[in-house]
Amino acid sequence: MHPAYSVIVFTTSSGAGYGLLFWLSLAHLAGRLPGGAMAFVAIALALALITVGLLSSTMHLGHPERAIGAFSQWRSSWLSREGVAAVATYAPAGLLALIWLIGADTGVTKLLALLSAIGAVATVYCTGMIYGSLRTIRQWNKGLTPVVYLALSGATGALLLAVLMSLFGASAQWIGVITLVSLVIAGVAKLAYWRQIDADPGQYTTAMATGLGGQGGSVRPLDPPHTKPNFVMREMGYQVARKHASRLRRLSAIALFAVPIVAVLIAVFAPGGAAVLYLIAALAAGWGVATERWLFFAEAEHVSQLYYGATRA
Amino acid sequence: MTCLPEKTDKKLGLVIDLDICVGCHACATSCKEWNTSGYSAPLSDHDPYGADPSGAWLNRIHSFEATTAEGVSKTVHFPRSCLHCEEPDCVTVCPTGASYKREEDGIVLVNPDTCIGCKLCSWACPYGAREYDYDDGVMKKCTLCVDRIYNENIPEEDRVPACVRACPTGARAFGDLGDPDSDVSKSVAERDGFNLLDEFGYKPVNKYLPPRINSVQAAPVAEEPAAPDGSRLEKLFAWADKALSR
Repeated sequence: MHPAYSVIVFTTSSGAGYGLLFWLSLAHLAGRLPGGAMAFVAIALALALITVGLLSSTMHLGHPERAIGAFSQWRSSWLSREGVAAVATYAPAGLLALIWLIGADTGVTKLLALLSAIGAVATVYCTGMIYGSLRTIRQWNKGLTPVVYLALSGATGALLLAVLMSLFGASAQWIGVITLVSLVIAGVAKLAYWRQIDADPGQYTTAMATGLGGQGGSVRPLDPPHTKPNFVMREMGYQVARKHASRLRRLSAIALFAVPIVAVLIAVFAPGGAAVLYLIAALAAGWGVATERWLFFAEAEHVSQLYYGATRA
Repeated sequence: MTCLPEKTDKKLGLVIDLDICVGCHACATSCKEWNTSGYSAPLSDHDPYGADPSGAWLNRIHSFEATTAEGVSKTVHFPRSCLHCEEPDCVTVCPTGASYKREEDGIVLVNPDTCIGCKLCSWACPYGAREYDYDDGVMKKCTLCVDRIYNENIPEEDRVPACVRACPTGARAFGDLGDPDSDVSKSVAERDGFNLLDEFGYKPVNKYLPPRINSVQAAPVAEEPAAPDGSRLEKLFAWADKALSR
């Protein structure tokens, strides 16, 4: 599948934003979130990342001005559900940000935090299911797809909260432990995902797609239907060399998991340089998650390419 | 509404005979001609007469070489367009309800006024039948010429999809595949018509008729010329070739 930059920015940026929203809401529920400016900056950053992501996602639309219609088909469409969940999450999160901005102290913040956390999980789950529900792409149509989306959102969000807390001089061991655990969970999920897609050669063949060749026969393209690539080939036929893919996988695993895990581990046990370590971890993870998301698209193979020379999909 | 209708009154669709299609592309060009000037905005082309032409087409004609297990091969021309499936995800994934399946006749359409151009429906189609129109910013697909088949302003014999009307060999037929007594259903029953990617489970309405077995015959193959044997005469010719090439 063609890796559209707008969708990579959208899923990584809003993923981190929802992750941050989730953890700061839980921290507030547990009474552990440092108050004052820190709480407002954290939720403002979360909402900014989410908004940048959502705006970016509208950039690949042919008619962004009609996007309001996308909230209507939540009964059948995961994309519509995602839109509904995203907008619904703005209400409690926006109110929470407003309350923290004016510094009001009310009991309702706990309820708003709970709703924000639920909204964040629901939205990221919907994002994962947009891809996970497509049976045309075997690399996406896996139970692990939404799990990886949720785990990476949680890991990148926790890293951002750790960075903010240490920058505000409010670093605590618990956020280090949460970051560490969520990074390890995300790493295990992603490695399991890669192993799973490598073990699946695809169940559909050109013979099934064309009904030709019969038992034990073969089918190969002879004359193409058009001389230059069309939309279907450009959008669905993106190919990344296996050699590059495995190198990029290693790079993204190092940047997204290995470097941050080591940095956070040091930060937990030697809190002296926590701010720098968390910053290094967050920058590495940011680069790593963008590479991971690019690969998620580039490695995805679409069944329609059986008509254009793919032998299995 | 992107939920699928429980059942449709009719199952209008095409039956494509792979035995007699000659791959002339008349169906594709006639489809382009009709649909670029009718329903919805024109099917845009980019650099149509240049070095890198592309554009939105609703019908594509492939040619495959199909070889049986016995080694007998045959060129098969293979038109590919929307199959108006009974249970397609291209409809259910649409966030706006622009992609829909009609309850009265089963035709799958895109409403060009509400489509936001997110392209998700094209991702959900295993047949690659939907093509995005970059100029219009909406998804385009076969409409089964919905603006011809019910059109009382054109002669009755023209009230079939443009591709069917254009086919010079009669390889394409249009009708109600939900009615077992229709001509199309009968030909599917007679000729063992099949679904593309039946395993995928979208239940395509369009059917394909396989190439007839008795028309698959091995062509006589000429004997291969003998390999060089390194005789004196061959060496002489090789020397002469070398000498003359200097």
